[in-house]
Amino acid sequence: MKEATMNKVSVLELKKTISSFGNEKSKQIVMAMLLPFIGLIVFLLLWSATAKNIDTSLGQFPGPAQVYEQTTTLVSEHFTEREKAEKFYERQQKRNEARMKVDPSYEAKIRPYTGKPTFFDQIWTSLYTVMIGFLIASLIAVPIGILCGLSEKAYAAINPLIQIFKPVSPLAWLPLVTMVVSAVYVTDDPMFSKSFLTSAFTVTLCCLWPTLINTAVGVSNISSDLVNVSRVLRLNKLDHVFKIVLPSSIPMIFTGLRLSLGIGWMVLIAAEMLAQNPGLGKFVWDEFQNGSSDSLARIMVAVLVIGVIGFLLDRIMLMVQKFVSWDKNAVLR
Amino acid sequence: MNNLDAKHLELTKVGIEFPTPKGPFCALQEVDLKIAKGEFVSLIGHSGCGKSTVLNIVAGLYQATTGGVLLDNKEVNEPGPERAVVFQNHSLLPWLSAYENVELAVKQVFKNKMSKQEMKDWVNHNLELVHMTHAAHKRPDEISGGMKQRVGIARALAMQPKVLLMDEPFGALDALTRAHLQDSLMEIHQELGNTVIMITHDVDEAVLLSDRIVMMTNGPAATVGEVLNVDLERPRERLALADNPQYNHYRHEVLTFLYEKQKKVESVATKKAPSTKKGQEVA
Repeated sequence: MKEATMNKVSVLELKKTISSFGNEKSKQIVMAMLLPFIGLIVFLLLWSATAKNIDTSLGQFPGPAQVYEQTTTLVSEHFTEREKAEKFYERQQKRNEARMKVDPSYEAKIRPYTGKPTFFDQIWTSLYTVMIGFLIASLIAVPIGILCGLSEKAYAAINPLIQIFKPVSPLAWLPLVTMVVSAVYVTDDPMFSKSFLTSAFTVTLCCLWPTLINTAVGVSNISSDLVNVSRVLRLNKLDHVFKIVLPSSIPMIFTGLRLSLGIGWMVLIAAEMLAQNPGLGKFVWDEFQNGSSDSLARIMVAVLVIGVIGFLLDRIMLMVQKFVSWDKNAVLR
Repeated sequence: MNNLDAKHLELTKVGIEFPTPKGPFCALQEVDLKIAKGEFVSLIGHSGCGKSTVLNIVAGLYQATTGGVLLDNKEVNEPGPERAVVFQNHSLLPWLSAYENVELAVKQVFKNKMSKQEMKDWVNHNLELVHMTHAAHKRPDEISGGMKQRVGIARALAMQPKVLLMDEPFGALDALTRAHLQDSLMEIHQELGNTVIMITHDVDEAVLLSDRIVMMTNGPAATVGEVLNVDLERPRERLALADNPQYNHYRHEVLTFLYEKQKKVESVATKKAPSTKKGQEVA
């Protein structure tokens, strides 16, 4: 009898702990989903309320509804444009086949479609450009950063240059880069367009610094014990860099890379606006110049897309960092 | 047994000075020591007395300002695997597993001398020696402090060093783990007959493990104070020795040296030697 009550009590207690545990967990999930959702709703309400009260020369400032409408328009425009392109090539092919029948020696030429790039074409151009610019910057900055971290002499020599060039706005570089690219890159059969190179190099010039500085700091902070291990083992310079230095400074290098990519993405949009190079920046500028009643809403779509892409780029870098980092317990954010 | 072949490792009038903003700081002076092959020597002294500095000079991580170190009649002037170091805080590469940490050393020391299979066997053999086979594929952050130190010892042993240098190898461990590792170390020393120099500030550890205890005076300008021969039969049993009068006599001698003759007076002047990083730049 006594035993039975004991059992009952313990079962009750167990149930209590289980349910409280379950509550705790579900509470956490609800919080994690609910709080950002609430934030978003409040933002949308504030936005639409304020937008109604702002009148510009291009009409009312767009609220969430108009922006949503323009998003769908931009999507459908993209597909109409693609259809047009397809039809254009179809017509061309038919014409060429017809001519071939009449004159078998005729060599068909395929002329490219010259329609206006759609919003999504511009997104792709910008993404591609920023990745190339960022890649070039990383390939330069990481080795130099390692050199600066390893050798105090190299650091002393390079540091003033870093400090001077780091704060320079990308837009100051832009005219120089433009002129240099058009002067140096002269070929009959260009693999890349000049506008692409100009944008990419401008991005590179601004992406260099955070990666370089963080790599240098990371490398110079390697634990002296690990350096001693390397010395006792008599690892040669190359092994020392690849087996000791690189793995232990991976976290700092990635901090630098993520900062660089964020800066690169911001810089690119500005550069595209100023230089009229294809990309999202040009889309924004064109819409601004266009000045239709939909323009502001379309710009707002671009603004949001730029933000979302910037966020996604950072998440992707974070995933790569988690993949290559040896410290799986480290809290990365 | 100490004087049969006392020419294996020789420290002659070793002294070292570190540059400081207030002029050179003399950490060691006139350190003379001759160590025979297979001998287990402990360096004991108060913290800051330069024990680690002696070890780092033998390791080649520091350069002596005066005097020098001979190993088998060859001057020591750079670090190398024939003087393997077991560091105080294990210094395992955190991104490699226990096996890979030992493998790195084996690949570096025996490249072109062993086949792949031989290297594999050698790594496993050394992990077995320190009883770490079961956790060979765990990373340092997944194993306990004592296990990390075991792997550190395996890595050093795998280099087949002429001299094994241990810098307070068990200093950061709890008493039980320390006792375990001391027993392991005695076994290994019995089996392999390495020459070992160990730094410690634990009197029991010094008496239990060593053939000779080198007691150092307080810095600055520290040097060898007294040398105590420990003639206890091996293998030594921790429990049996606890009541051994001879053992207690040795303990007493070391304690007397440390707490009467070299009573530590804490003052601002007794600064710790600069970190290794600084030493590197000096070198």
